[in-house]
Amino acid sequence: MATVELTFSALPAHVRTARLVATAIARRTGVAEAILDEVRLAVGEACSRAVEAHRLHCPGEPVRIELRDDAGRFEVTVTDAAPSEDVTPQVLEANGSLMPEIDNLGIAVIAGLADDVEVLPGPKGMRIRMSWPASPHGIAAL
Amino acid sequence: MDLKLDHHSEDNLTIVDVEGEIDVYTAPRLRELLIDLVNKGNFHLLVNMEKVDFLDSTGLGVLVGGLKRVRAHDGSLELVCTQERILKIFRITGLTKVFGIYASVEEAKEAHGRDK
Repeated sequence: MATVELTFSALPAHVRTARLVATAIARRTGVAEAILDEVRLAVGEACSRAVEAHRLHCPGEPVRIELRDDAGRFEVTVTDAAPSEDVTPQVLEANGSLMPEIDNLGIAVIAGLADDVEVLPGPKGMRIRMSWPASPHGIAAL
Repeated sequence: MDLKLDHHSEDNLTIVDVEGEIDVYTAPRLRELLIDLVNKGNFHLLVNMEKVDFLDSTGLGVLVGGLKRVRAHDGSLELVCTQERILKIFRITGLTKVFGIYASVEEAKEAHGRDK
């Protein structure tokens, strides 16, 4: 199991960097090219949510990402330190009216993109773990 | 890639050209532009997303916010988008049923009967 850890200040500008790093490691791990866009978007969503939560509750604390190559899976865990309650992924209804709150839209997008998602909210922060299939031996197997 | 924004008016329609990445960092600029256009009386907006490389839920939120604002004035906010990677996000969130999405600016204008 190979792991890369990244921590960054809760600034919106750093979310793009996190996306790029995650995409590069996913490619290296052997995630199929067709899925890389999904990885990029899902990791971006998780990091955006974490950054927004930190800006509200604990702007001085860093956001943490762990990227793991684990037995044929590429697993990403985004951990924040902002207190969170249960979240329910929501999808907008097509009744002509717009929902007033779209706070959980990011979670809905992640749930729609990642092959396997686990959202663990808690008083000390939220952990979003997601994973995708990868080549067992990474890019070297290609 | 950063975000590039431009806009011009054709008859009663304001076309907003967006290029680059719309995310938590850049989306505020798009939000400001849409608010500014509405405040200046532009209530029929067409957002051309053909050159958008990346869109996340923050960007979706800005578009939904823009739609709410123009609807308050009986206006419209529609999109031009053919990129599958971007359309997928609209589908996942159910927003394909909320926004009018066209394959080209010309097609959108035609749908509104604005072709000269």
